[in-house]
Amino acid sequence: MSLWSRISNALRSERLNREIDEEFESHLEEAIAAGRDPKEARRAFGSAMRARESGHAVRVSGKLEELVQDACFGARLLIKNRGFTAVVLLTLALGIGINTVIFSVVNGVLLNPLPFPHPEQLVALHESKPNFANGAISYPNFLDWRKDNHTFAAMGLARGYGFSMTGRGDAAQLSAEFLSDGFFAVLGVRPVLGREFTPADETLGASPVAMISEELWRNKFDGAPNAVGQTITLDGKNFTIVGVIPASLKLQVSNFQVCDVYAPIPQWSNSILMSRGAGLGFHGIGRLKPGVTIEQARADMERVTGNLAAAFPDDDRGIGASMVSMKEQIVGSTRIFLLVLLGAVGFVLLIACVNVASLMLARASGRGREFAIRAALGAGRGRVIRQLLTESLLLGITAGAVGLLPAAFGLKAALHALPAALPRAEEIGIDFRVLAFTSLISVATGILFGLAPAWRVAKENPQTALKEGGRGAIGANQRTLSALVVVEVAVALVLLTGAGLMVRSLVRLWDVDPGFDAHNVETFNISMPPAMASATAEMVRAKHRALNEALAEVPGVTAVSQTWGAVPMAGEDDQWFWIDGQPKPRTNNDMSWVIDYVVDPDYQRVMKIPLKRGRFLSRHDNEHAPLVVVVDDVFANKYFPGQDPIGKRIDLDNFGGKAAEIVGEVGHVKQWGLDSDDTQQLRAQYYLACLQVSDDFLLGMRSGSSFMVRYNGNLAPVIGGLRSTVRHMSNEQQLFGEQTMESIVADSMASRRFAMILLGGFAALALLLACVGIYGVMAYLVSQRTQEVGIRMALGARRSDVLLLVFKGGARLAAAGMAIGVVSAIGLTRLMRQLLFDVSPTDPMVIAAVCVLLMLAALAACFVPARRAASIEPMRALRTE
Amino acid sequence: MAKADALQGSLDLLVLKLLSRRPRLHGYAIMAAIASSSGEVLRVEEGSLYPALYRMEEAGWIRAEWIKKDTGRRARVYELTASGRRQLGTEESRWQAVSLAINRVLREA
Repeated sequence: MSLWSRISNALRSERLNREIDEEFESHLEEAIAAGRDPKEARRAFGSAMRARESGHAVRVSGKLEELVQDACFGARLLIKNRGFTAVVLLTLALGIGINTVIFSVVNGVLLNPLPFPHPEQLVALHESKPNFANGAISYPNFLDWRKDNHTFAAMGLARGYGFSMTGRGDAAQLSAEFLSDGFFAVLGVRPVLGREFTPADETLGASPVAMISEELWRNKFDGAPNAVGQTITLDGKNFTIVGVIPASLKLQVSNFQVCDVYAPIPQWSNSILMSRGAGLGFHGIGRLKPGVTIEQARADMERVTGNLAAAFPDDDRGIGASMVSMKEQIVGSTRIFLLVLLGAVGFVLLIACVNVASLMLARASGRGREFAIRAALGAGRGRVIRQLLTESLLLGITAGAVGLLPAAFGLKAALHALPAALPRAEEIGIDFRVLAFTSLISVATGILFGLAPAWRVAKENPQTALKEGGRGAIGANQRTLSALVVVEVAVALVLLTGAGLMVRSLVRLWDVDPGFDAHNVETFNISMPPAMASATAEMVRAKHRALNEALAEVPGVTAVSQTWGAVPMAGEDDQWFWIDGQPKPRTNNDMSWVIDYVVDPDYQRVMKIPLKRGRFLSRHDNEHAPLVVVVDDVFANKYFPGQDPIGKRIDLDNFGGKAAEIVGEVGHVKQWGLDSDDTQQLRAQYYLACLQVSDDFLLGMRSGSSFMVRYNGNLAPVIGGLRSTVRHMSNEQQLFGEQTMESIVADSMASRRFAMILLGGFAALALLLACVGIYGVMAYLVSQRTQEVGIRMALGARRSDVLLLVFKGGARLAAAGMAIGVVSAIGLTRLMRQLLFDVSPTDPMVIAAVCVLLMLAALAACFVPARRAASIEPMRALRTE
Repeated sequence: MAKADALQGSLDLLVLKLLSRRPRLHGYAIMAAIASSSGEVLRVEEGSLYPALYRMEEAGWIRAEWIKKDTGRRARVYELTASGRRQLGTEESRWQAVSLAINRVLREA
């Protein structure tokens, strides 16, 4: 019979019953016609009812109706055993719930395609340079790349910026991006209103135009359609609005991020914009032509950059184009992190399954009599196994449904707790794939934990079960239960090891000396009044002095410095030089590169950077004094190994080759973060005085400046004081982007810390579940051995012997699990090497600590059963049977 | 009951054999045919016959069809399928082998 007719039979079982009746009536008619006594014939058919029943079972619904019966019976049973059901459901729902949450994150971040048309064609573009594999692209190079390539349908370039908007209420700081024309067309994004930048907008000297975000359009222009064509005043310059970018656009790639306002690149007043050697923080995106692979594009760009290197050897020798698929660029760094988490929650679910399996097993052996009776009454063994599996599937699916609830409602909340570092967080949600995943693991879970008891029942002989009062297979059950505990301990050990390695990595990281004291240091920016846009170098210096003096007066502030170059762990900047007396290298790329900190004399007091030799910058190092530079010890060891660098001179290319004298040496600062600084190529650092930088550099600071202050006492009043001081000086300038140095340092560890917290949480959960499992099994074993213990005690065993017996049993199981767990952990933790810092994936300390912890937990779990065993009254125990 | 016991394990064989000889019998006719052709020695009860019929129908050895009887009542008649014919072959040779073996034992004992 086909499945279909089986199903339709089940649905039409009423009709089938009628048909069977009809067949019997017809049979009866024949019998009576053949001369049988009608009464006797009907009596003979007393068994007709039975025949119909079994005929029905064979014929009609078959499996389907049994399934409904099993499910109803199972549901009744589960409702009757409320406590048992609640424990099982809670355990499983927890396991399935966290799996659903983590999977929906993996799904949203790693699996789903980027939300753009033909996302597979999108790539992120960078310039590869001797010091940076993925460096910034100079604007002239980009223009040539775009013009000369044959493999890209379109290319775009972007760089972040901050505009000060005036003329619409209070001055406001707007996040901005400078874009090449057609940037959004590369992505396939259309403005909701107006148009995108055209090539005409992107020419030098074109009249200023801008696109604004939908949010800004709604807030400042009331969403009026005539906003296009109006002007907006940014940094004192009037921009005509040409388009509005939809709020639905979510993207953060390379140096582009969704912001308030967009302007064409040539509107950036930067005197070295057209310098081919200057990266200036531009990074690109591109859309490959249909059918073009990324390898073909790489080959094509190799040709393009090769031609440029030949045409402009000074700037472009050694410069190439590097590219990676946009999705990889955005999410690549999170892959290991997310997969480790997914693995971890998978293990937690496994432990939950094992726990439930041992519960079901213990219960199934309690139900031995029930199954034996059913078997004796003619229920097939398969039927009993089906019954058990139906029950466990029922539990699994219900738990899945319960587990979905927190996942559905808690996901958004959980995402807020994510480090900002997690890309595509806003795209995470529950979709079809997540639901399919949850259904799948619910069913798999049900089968997994249902198999053990079903298997045991299948092996049981109903006769012995009946004879032994439903305790037929205790010995076999003990072995199966013990095996389950061993599995549990092993899995818990793997998880605990992972978490332990993360904890140790973080401890190691915290122990790393950043080279400065982040405590009580606040960083912030101040935007300048629009009038400053046309200031001379002299005016910028005057403003610089005035701001430093005013801020130093704020109560609580003990030292002030502006930071115009790199900021440790927060902003990178580099310059190049050659040692005085040597010939000037022909190209920038042949020069020595250095991280530059352009600061004020108080910077050393703000950051408490240790002085090794000579002196730090002083108030006398101003625009009238000879150019001086302070270097760090990495610089000194690299360029003047074994010598005293003080008094040595270097020629700074960014100052037109002007020579600067080294007047001091300070300790190295971990610019690239606590973890990776030691392995970076570019580590040498030097410090220049703000007042001594070239006029070109100085004019770049007309729109705003960054600050760092050291303060005493509470931060809040200090911030208040700084704010009012800034406003007091001019209501057209404002303070923004304040952040403590401590939070900057903490952010550099955010994703690791997050991984540690989550892994730690999951491991704790696993430990708890494993302990519950050990407790359950030991308690069950003790209850089954009451008699034995009674006999032992009657024969003279002391209570301590009994205690020891139980503890030994638990310890033996834990030890076996730990042995398997250690081997598995050594195999698995190497997969998370990327997340670790200065710790081997097989760190013996961590593994040893985890083993001790697990053993203690296992013994603790044995405590209650052991006490129960020790308190057995021998006489009563013997009398119970 | 003793008579039914004698039939145990061979009911399928009997039904299949009967249907191979005389297709399209209804349940009562099969019962009657078993009784008459065994010289009234073998008797099948309804409670055994019908489950067996349904089981064999399920297995695809026989198929059923409703026909209209002269009395106006409908009756369900059964006939052998190709796979039923094969099954009959298997069962028959198995029976031959068993009865041969039993006879040999009886002779020697």
